[in-house]
Amino acid sequence: MHPILGQFRRLALYLLAWVPLGGILLLLAAPTGLSWPKALVLIVPLCLIYAFICLSAWYPCRATPLATAGFPRLVLTHLTSATVVSLLWLLMAKALALALSTLEAFRELDRQIAPGYPLLFGSGVLLYLLSVGLHYVLISTEAFREAEQRELEARVLARDAELRALKAQVNPHFLFNSLHSISALTTIDAGKARAMCIALADFLRATLGMGEKALIPLRDELVLVHSFLSVEKIRFGARLNLEEKIEPEALDCLLPPLLLQPLVENAIAHGISNLTEGGWIKIAISCREGPGDLSILVENNFDPDTPPRRGTGTGLRNVRQRLDTRYGNRATFASRSEENHFRVELNLPAERSSSSNTGIPP
Amino acid sequence: MSNLTKIRTVIVEDEELARQILKEMLKTHPEVLIVGECANGFDAVKIIPELKPDLLFLDIQMPKLDGFEVLELIGTDMAIIFTTAYDQHALRAFEVHAVDYLLKPFAAERFEAALERAKRRLGQEKLPSPGEFAASAREPGHYVERIVVKDGTRVQIIPVARLDYAKAQDDYVALASQSKKYLKQQTISSLEASLDPKTFLRIHRSCIVNLERVSRLEPYSKDSHIAILSDGTRLPVSRSGYARLRAILEQQR
Repeated sequence: MHPILGQFRRLALYLLAWVPLGGILLLLAAPTGLSWPKALVLIVPLCLIYAFICLSAWYPCRATPLATAGFPRLVLTHLTSATVVSLLWLLMAKALALALSTLEAFRELDRQIAPGYPLLFGSGVLLYLLSVGLHYVLISTEAFREAEQRELEARVLARDAELRALKAQVNPHFLFNSLHSISALTTIDAGKARAMCIALADFLRATLGMGEKALIPLRDELVLVHSFLSVEKIRFGARLNLEEKIEPEALDCLLPPLLLQPLVENAIAHGISNLTEGGWIKIAISCREGPGDLSILVENNFDPDTPPRRGTGTGLRNVRQRLDTRYGNRATFASRSEENHFRVELNLPAERSSSSNTGIPP
Repeated sequence: MSNLTKIRTVIVEDEELARQILKEMLKTHPEVLIVGECANGFDAVKIIPELKPDLLFLDIQMPKLDGFEVLELIGTDMAIIFTTAYDQHALRAFEVHAVDYLLKPFAAERFEAALERAKRRLGQEKLPSPGEFAASAREPGHYVERIVVKDGTRVQIIPVARLDYAKAQDDYVALASQSKKYLKQQTISSLEASLDPKTFLRIHRSCIVNLERVSRLEPYSKDSHIAILSDGTRLPVSRSGYARLRAILEQQR
């Protein structure tokens, strides 16, 4: 969408700005000895046409972004288009003058203004370059507003994730069942009951406030995941089998908080909790050196006969949206369901904290 | 006390610790004899008719079949105490006239009270027929996603999308799915109430059809029509059923 043509208010303001510019052209035309009314008849339509022609500066501006295009390319692009556009304008002026000179009142107009052509060409170039500047300003304003919008969305989604994690704690599936297990353990195995209380507390504490941090090191997220899993391990016993393959280099990579935990929770809710003989979860995290990707893979088996429960997919959707708002197309999210196993793969840019595991976003 | 006069009890719970706490609390009650335990709905449907217990502790959230589905299939000739961590499930349990429900985690006193109620209820009034549980256990505004049927000793799960039509047969409904028929003890009205009216329509006093299967309608007599399904099955359509069907088919056009 063109930033000026697309909005009526902006277009009106833009055309208004051309009134003084036309006035200046009128003054410049004075030395040719043209009378005021004749000059007006010539210059008003020319200005109007050129006002619209200059709007085309948007296309080369968009194609050569200030931030990435080099200085020589910028100069070359815009000077070339300015020359072309201004020459075109000059031809129009000539054509208009010729057409008018067929009328009795404007006889010889064409020859009379000929000395003014170089000046017209020069002002054409300058006016076009002015328009290039205006378009760059508009483009950067728009980009700024978009970035602001994105950041706002990211913050809302992060808050969402925190709320969701808080909800997971009050989730009957998790909190009440965990408490029930603890209640059972108090007489069977008091030590284990205490261990489960502590694991539950660790998990609750770790989730609190995590949504407010923009980025955390993977090792912190893993602490959270492990405290979650140790609670579930007591509940499900031998039914829960975990296989982890995490490259040590990946531990310092930074990622938005609560990205992995919902994937693991999902794997339990839709996998193991429906499998009478138990099931498995595989977590594989690897990280290539340099600017390479951080790859996170969570896989689980499930019972293909159990229909999907209500609420399926909200956790995954949230993870996907948060990746999208934070990284745009630099991150990918892929989920695949095959016969009896489900797999989610995330790829995101591997950022590292400068002072290793502080948990403070750079 | 001889084993014959004891209260025969079965525990259905998918988590080991949850089974253990029930067993522990029952230890102080010599009048209760635990005759069976199972960890999922399929096993429950298999062993309960064999064991014929007097009392059943039934978890609601379980793999394979949930507690309500188990109940639909085993009948209700026993006292039932539901156990659940979900408040809303507990409410539904109450609506299906379960003797009581225990919200996890529960205190020993609460457990004793539930057991007391169950004992008083033993051998008393009979509960509604199993099929009616399907209707009353459903959350309002939600329709079932699958129908469970007992097929001999096996449990058949029919996703509603694969249900072609259902016909009333005495106390049963015959469910047709992928050219097979299954009998279930349920009234056609309660089945109708559990199905999404956007997909299923009662076209006759004794017949519900999956609208996606109807290929055309033909006049039969002065007052009635015949619906022909994509697999060639012919179903009766009453006058009011015809009006409803026409209205829906015209909307879709």
